Amino acid sequence: MSGSLVIRGGRVVDPTQALDGPADVLIENGTVTACGPGLARPENVPELDAAGLVVAPGLIDMHVHLREPGQEYKETIETGTRAAAAGGFTAVACMPNTDPVNDDPSLTEFMLKQADRAGWARVYPIAAVSRGLEGRELTEFGAQRRAGAVAVSDDGRPVWSAALMRQALRYARHFDLPVIQHAEELALSGDGVMHEGRFATRLGVEGIPAAADDVMVSRDLLLVADTGGRYHLAHMSTERSLDLIRAARADGHRVTCEVSAHHLLLTDEDVFDSGLDPNFKMHPPLRSAADRDALVEGLADGSIDAIASDHAPHHPDEKELDFVGSPNGIVGLETTLSLCLDRLVRKSVIDLARLVDLLSTAPARILRVAGGSLAPGSPGDVTLIDLEREVEVDPATFRSRSRNTPFAGWKLRGAPAGTVVGGRSIELP
Amino acid sequence: MSEPVWQRGDLLGVAELSETEILHVLDTAESFVEVAARPIKKVPTLRGKTVINLFFEPSTRTSSSFEIAEKRLSADNINFSTSSSSLSKGETLLDTARNLEAMAPDLVVIRHAHPRVPHALAERLASGVINAGDGAHEHPTQALLDAFTIRRRKSRVEGLKIAIVGDVAHSRVVRSNVLCLTKLGAEVTVAGPRTMMPEEPEALGARVVYSLEEAIEGADVVMMLRVQLERQARAAFPSEREYFEFFGLTAERLRHAQEDAIIMHPGPINRGIEIASEVADGPWSVILEQVANGVAVRMAVLYLLAGAKSGEDGTP
Repeated sequence: MSGSLVIRGGRVVDPTQALDGPADVLIENGTVTACGPGLARPENVPELDAAGLVVAPGLIDMHVHLREPGQEYKETIETGTRAAAAGGFTAVACMPNTDPVNDDPSLTEFMLKQADRAGWARVYPIAAVSRGLEGRELTEFGAQRRAGAVAVSDDGRPVWSAALMRQALRYARHFDLPVIQHAEELALSGDGVMHEGRFATRLGVEGIPAAADDVMVSRDLLLVADTGGRYHLAHMSTERSLDLIRAARADGHRVTCEVSAHHLLLTDEDVFDSGLDPNFKMHPPLRSAADRDALVEGLADGSIDAIASDHAPHHPDEKELDFVGSPNGIVGLETTLSLCLDRLVRKSVIDLARLVDLLSTAPARILRVAGGSLAPGSPGDVTLIDLEREVEVDPATFRSRSRNTPFAGWKLRGAPAGTVVGGRSIELP
Repeated sequence: MSEPVWQRGDLLGVAELSETEILHVLDTAESFVEVAARPIKKVPTLRGKTVINLFFEPSTRTSSSFEIAEKRLSADNINFSTSSSSLSKGETLLDTARNLEAMAPDLVVIRHAHPRVPHALAERLASGVINAGDGAHEHPTQALLDAFTIRRRKSRVEGLKIAIVGDVAHSRVVRSNVLCLTKLGAEVTVAGPRTMMPEEPEALGARVVYSLEEAIEGADVVMMLRVQLERQARAAFPSEREYFEFFGLTAERLRHAQEDAIIMHPGPINRGIEIASEVADGPWSVILEQVANGVAVRMAVLYLLAGAKSGEDGTP
């Protein structure tokens, strides 16, 4: 995927160049060659008019589930990357809990091939830490890295064994891969399906205590200190986990974390108010208002590195009626950007440059992939944003194959206005 | 003519009911008590109505109670039991419900292991839905029959001191009862070992204590909850012996309560675990009255809902 394009007349927001103002971006043969005001247009290079739009380095969703191979009735790489493009993302990192599990380089190669065939967005496969996600033996990190994997994770499940986590952190250092952890102490989460607190108590629903996350994070950080490994905490949801991350970072450890938009905007009270709508069920669960407030604060003060959707498509039949019996997860590729623009930037929790950092620059840095910048030499990946456009979340219009969102009907101001991948403008049918 | 008190087509929880509605059910139940004393225990009230008892979780006493209530009202009833309550390939929960609905029942009585499944089904079904227990969430007919029993014995509910003791975390009986008894003006205390208490138990709406003696001090009514033996694997308490030692209701401990206190239990009882035989079989016990009243209260509920659905209003 490579093309040439000049994007003219927009407001370029690029935290890597401390740039926020009118500028043009020139992409030649897939790579940014110039970024600045009033660029001359080389011959035969098409022009994209970005007047009135924000021009940002392409957004990277570092935590999605594309379900292919194995669960194509929920999502495919084609539909998932199309949803990514519609949501303003030029790249996604996909988790290995497919069927078969991505615990072999051939799976990574297959995913990359499918992504290439679809052509909507870049895909960065994340390899399994353990074979079959069984938590027993390590996969071939080196071969996976060579095939194109950008991280290792058993997401969907924790790396439960402390011994295996220790080895993964050590071994991943050879390949500079982050170990992405779904932090959950299974003995504490048990049969829980929502945050343990007053609302679960009233509903008679089994709770998942915040300690289920915190105990695992705490253990992991001791292992990071022990091994010098690079650790990334996925979908952080509690105040105490955030404090643990802050402390580890203050001690100089190589630790990063992401939060999902839903954990920044919803709480267990919303689960209660929904009447146990399965579209409010995910792991980790929507936490207390105090946790939510702490995460928002961590976003504003820089403690949180990235925002990721944890896009987890499920078929409508699976997400109907029975909260307890339904699978965990919600889709997010097509709502995350608008939610962040309206509820975080418009409400002045963070500014636009910080949002671009959270959704683009930081994920690129954590995954060690090119991008997250519009400085010359960067890949020609761009997200265009219309800050004024008003949208109403309507699952019926999703490009994703699934519809499971708790945000249906939300009216939001600010929306993606197009993406460019490798200098090629992505035209959605 | 004034609006009828009862207009609901479904009975999903006590949470939705007003005090007036609760009292209306209890008053209606009074007129059905007498049916059980007749040589022929049957009235034609629901003749031609069809009721499906849809139990996704094993139940003997609640399903029997509903079944008897339905038969005594002359309804045609069908029992449908299935344990496939979790999602699996093939038929979904909604498919099951829609299949039954295609047979055009007037009422569906639903028991399910998961909270709010009856509520979700009620939104999609044209028939009236009665929640016969949804996980640890609600069990409205149990709470109504308990209130009915208390009122018959004590001639009021308002102002009574009522203690509910046991596995509060996993009990639907406690949730519905706290809501119901509080709406009727009782002072409710819940108690149990800390390992059997939910997080933030005050959210249930009752006073919370952690000792049996403190809970039943001066109580007019003591309601013991069944200890779920199968949950012992979760280490909520170390042994039945230890549970009985600290939370079992004995005649000795009962001295903390009012002299004329009544003892209740939703059943089935675990003798020698949460309740001593001397108490369960003693003069304070109204446990079998609860069972008998359960039929009358369920007849009242079936009658009211069938009437609301068909737009009829009359007296039995």
